[in-house]
Amino acid sequence: MADEVLRIEGLRKAYNAGTPLETEVLHGIDLRLGKGEFCALMGPSGSGKSTLLNIVGLLDRPSAGQLYVEGEGAVGLDERAITRLRGRRIGFIFQYHHLLPAFTALENVFMPMLLERGRPDAEMRKRAQQLLESVGLGQFRDRLASQLSGGQQQRVAVARALAMRPALLLADEPTGNLDTASAQGVFDLMRAVNREHGTAVLLVTHNHELAAQCRRLVEIVDGRITADRALGAAG
Amino acid sequence: MSPWLPFEWIAASRFLREGRLQSIAIVLGVSIGVGVIVFMSAALSAQMTNIIRRVLSSQPHIVLLPPKDVARPLRDEPGVAAAAIVQKPFQRVRSIDQWQRILRETAAMPAVAAAAPMAAGSALAVRGEATRSVTLSGIEPEAYFRIVPLPEKIASGSLRLGAEDVIVGTELAADLGVVVGDKLRIVPASGQGTALTVTGLVDLGSKGANQRAAYVALHTAQSLLGLTGGASSIEVTVRDIYAAEDVALAITAGSGLQAESWIRTNSQFFTAINAQRVANTAIRVFVALAIALGIAAVLIVSVVQKSREIGILRAMGASQGQILRVFLIQGAALGLVGSLFGCVIAAAAIALWERLVVDSAGVPLLAIGYDPLIFAGAALIASLTGLASAVLPAMRGARLDPVVAIRG
Repeated sequence: MADEVLRIEGLRKAYNAGTPLETEVLHGIDLRLGKGEFCALMGPSGSGKSTLLNIVGLLDRPSAGQLYVEGEGAVGLDERAITRLRGRRIGFIFQYHHLLPAFTALENVFMPMLLERGRPDAEMRKRAQQLLESVGLGQFRDRLASQLSGGQQQRVAVARALAMRPALLLADEPTGNLDTASAQGVFDLMRAVNREHGTAVLLVTHNHELAAQCRRLVEIVDGRITADRALGAAG
Repeated sequence: MSPWLPFEWIAASRFLREGRLQSIAIVLGVSIGVGVIVFMSAALSAQMTNIIRRVLSSQPHIVLLPPKDVARPLRDEPGVAAAAIVQKPFQRVRSIDQWQRILRETAAMPAVAAAAPMAAGSALAVRGEATRSVTLSGIEPEAYFRIVPLPEKIASGSLRLGAEDVIVGTELAADLGVVVGDKLRIVPASGQGTALTVTGLVDLGSKGANQRAAYVALHTAQSLLGLTGGASSIEVTVRDIYAAEDVALAITAGSGLQAESWIRTNSQFFTAINAQRVANTAIRVFVALAIALGIAAVLIVSVVQKSREIGILRAMGASQGQILRVFLIQGAALGLVGSLFGCVIAAAAIALWERLVVDSAGVPLLAIGYDPLIFAGAALIASLTGLASAVLPAMRGARLDPVVAIRG
């Protein structure tokens, strides 16, 4: 694949490795994701999809296998390099919005840029403002994250995930805690981002309706990919 | 948002503001601790200064005396039999050889605050039938007052010391029944006595001293004691009382004179003062320790509570160093703010003390004063303590695994 955003080869993950309690949750996963792909990842609880997402998001380290983000090998990097790679290339949206409650909506959005550059500047504020407006929350910029509704918080989280213009957007059941309307709103937002910026999206979800709107569906059961097919949904 | 501060400062201030109650509690704790340390330190050191001042203000810190007379038996000389018993010679009242030069040199030492010559010896004070033995001290008033502030101790009369004048202790005056203006005959152990006019009575703060004190002008004592032009001792006051012994040793090494410091002549008192100093230090260390534990405990709790936020920050690209600094700043800030309030508390306590704990005339029994060094020192120590006690929680926070932190 030409514009390859993510490549995983023979990825394994075991917990309590080397002890009698050793349990392997991922048994050799191979997966490629191209630029602009919109892929749903489905599977029953405990199938290992969240573990996979955490490893892809460089939050967790695999026990074995290779992982490339935009062609750059991520296995074996030191903590500092991993942090940098994660900050620049990958955007995260979690099931719980995971905003910082003590900061305003605007601050939450430019936090990844602030962490990268060290101190705030006018440019990052401007970009954060634009992102907030693009998710329809421009007027809530100075509201503390803890004072926003669930749907609003998740939209702020989407805006934040896009702050660094990531090549890959990872979402772990981003709509799991939202009502149907809000869920569709957040999903549409992700699709718009995907379409307009060519950001590859990997979306973990239990929601079949949403999954059906994706262009590709990967199913994972007991730590193995059992299905990988293209869907007809228009991007 | 505080507009353009670095991330660490913004995050630290937000976290402190978010955990407002905790922050207030710890600042309160630090304030009280620092207040206690500052007040106690100030009070203890004022008390010590007070004791030392009272004890040492009626005596010089170092007394320079001529070398002791020693017996030098002639042994092993041909035709001379060695004496089986060597008797120690008596110690005459002698003048210090070249005392003027030594006085000049001693006074010029940087550690020395003041030096004055003295011609002292035993004499009898006679008035009619009454006779008392006195310590006759011949002084140069100007120089001597800088060592023993007699003007502060004057009970009646004046401090005029002409050739025919004498100033005596209050007890001596009472024993002999003299008042200011009376004549008193001073008779040295050997030689002719002379009649002097009592110009002042002094209270040296001790009955023994008051019974024996008799001050005359230097040249009067010189002629009475047969020390024409001489000085039997040089009295020295040093700037740092605890360095007195070192200064004494230096003087001995330089001049060959005996130099006795107050530390040696009041060894019991010095031991007591030293014990007090150690106790003061121990008190300060323990209070500082209590403060440190308080700050550390609050910060550890805060790290645990904030572990989710730390995980989020890490997931968004925060480095371990950034997380570390966020918590170090919090610790230092708590320490600093707490210590500032603590200084205010201490200042208020000192003011209250000096206002309430007073004698009948309204003069504070113990003037504590505001020593800026104690305040600055305590504030510095508390801030550093805050910083140090934040190290552990900060490291814990920085090492948090983002995945665990987010799930937790």
